[in-house]
Amino acid sequence: MKRHLVSAADLTRDDALLVLDTAEELAQLSGRAVKKLPTLRGRTVVNLFFEDSTRTKTSFEVAEKRLSADVINFSAKGSSVSKGESLKDTALTLQAMGADAVVVRHHASGAPARLAQSDWLHGSVINAGDGTHEHPTQALLDAFTMRRHLNPGAGNDLAGRRVTIVGDILHSRVARSNVHLLTTLGAQVTFVAPPTLLPIGIENWPCEVSYDLESVLPKTDALMMLRVQRERMNAAFFPTEREYTRRYGVDGPRMSRLPEHAIVMHPGPMVRGMEITAEVADSPRCTVVEQVANGVSVRMAVLYLLLGGATLTDTPRTDSVESAK
Amino acid sequence: MTAHQESAPRPPHQVLDGTDIARVITRIAHEIVERAKGAEDVVLLGIHTRGVHLARRLHARLAQITDQDIPLGTLDITMYRDDLRLKPARALEHTEIPPGGIDGRLVVLVDDVLFSGRTIRAALDALNDIGRPRAVQLAVLVDRGHRELPIRADYVGKNLPTSLREAVQVRLSDRDGVDAVLVGDRDFAARSSQALAAQATESHLPE
Repeated sequence: MKRHLVSAADLTRDDALLVLDTAEELAQLSGRAVKKLPTLRGRTVVNLFFEDSTRTKTSFEVAEKRLSADVINFSAKGSSVSKGESLKDTALTLQAMGADAVVVRHHASGAPARLAQSDWLHGSVINAGDGTHEHPTQALLDAFTMRRHLNPGAGNDLAGRRVTIVGDILHSRVARSNVHLLTTLGAQVTFVAPPTLLPIGIENWPCEVSYDLESVLPKTDALMMLRVQRERMNAAFFPTEREYTRRYGVDGPRMSRLPEHAIVMHPGPMVRGMEITAEVADSPRCTVVEQVANGVSVRMAVLYLLLGGATLTDTPRTDSVESAK
Repeated sequence: MTAHQESAPRPPHQVLDGTDIARVITRIAHEIVERAKGAEDVVLLGIHTRGVHLARRLHARLAQITDQDIPLGTLDITMYRDDLRLKPARALEHTEIPPGGIDGRLVVLVDDVLFSGRTIRAALDALNDIGRPRAVQLAVLVDRGHRELPIRADYVGKNLPTSLREAVQVRLSDRDGVDAVLVGDRDFAARSSQALAAQATESHLPE
């Protein structure tokens, strides 16, 4: 494994399977009386959240605490960032305080990559979602959930499984990370979205594109619904919500067109009545709650593999431009 | 390094063969039944990797002796090791606690070689998080000495006095195709901190 987890594309097939297998072992922990391991005792992990998040932040915090790490929560609101501090100065401050790992969520795509490539921080950088770029731990927990349902067992991948991702692909870091990871694991990914919500250059992504949800459903093993990210939209991408729901939302009759074994996934937060009806969201085939539980195991696995062993000798680069200043 | 280290390493020689190992397991099984007065509340936990295979054999033998199905589980102690920081993070093995749990039971830990005692220390820490056994005992195939912690085994297959320069290899048919215990000069992939220290000061050791 590399020292940082910035993009799902950084993970080789072996790395990804190692994370999933480790997570499978760590998932047992939630059934125990003492849900804690001493593995990261004395290591400090900073959760650096420049953007709102409930699920991811809580999930990381639970994972860190279960591994006995010291957790420091740093959110942009109420910190020096709101007074105008730059990412670099924030990072240097955290380095001076001795952070062994930094979990970053940032509204700008590429912020975690910047932190990982600079020598501002010597610890590991874990991307917890950057702009519309990537969210690798979400992709890992999605793959973990799919594997449990579609091909359970340690060492198994997702070869030949067909995953359909529906909705706002353009603004979705979840879709981007998933397409990399799922392809690495051998799955076939199909995107279904209105043409306005597909990114430019999608023809170069390792996936297929369809505009017709109905025709794709019978050939789907896992259906992943995405939220329409209104907060990132500055233009009208579709005429009305009702039209979007009619063409790209999943309801009871649509769910019944899926094969018997197929699951319905959603990274959350769901907007009921928009991309998913309450009937589907509350059905036993919907894995939303399970995905949250799996998120803790997968994040524990990532933290253990990046921080648990010897510090990986990825010599800190001296960024000549920065150090010259 | 020094010329001293290049002197021909002794090839490993066999100290226990397949029938010896079978005999040892039978004896340990009888000792467990004797000491636990029928082995009714015993839970066997094998420590990865070869302890798991030994525990499985011990389980089969105990079933023959007592006509009971003794709970059998496996324990991975990776997350509790004290040398985690010395190597890159390793993959985890499967921990399986029997459905009845270990609370109030007599847990017998099973491992292949007892050496520094650090593995057992880690196993005791792991047990602490899993439940509260009535008592914990330790069964090993080989005790080679050189303890670094105050830990001893309750059931020992064979006491094997060794030098720190030697390596003890346990081979089991489930994993290695053959049953045998071999002793030879250790290769340089030493795992114990003591052995690493001994290696560094090797030139000062008497021949």
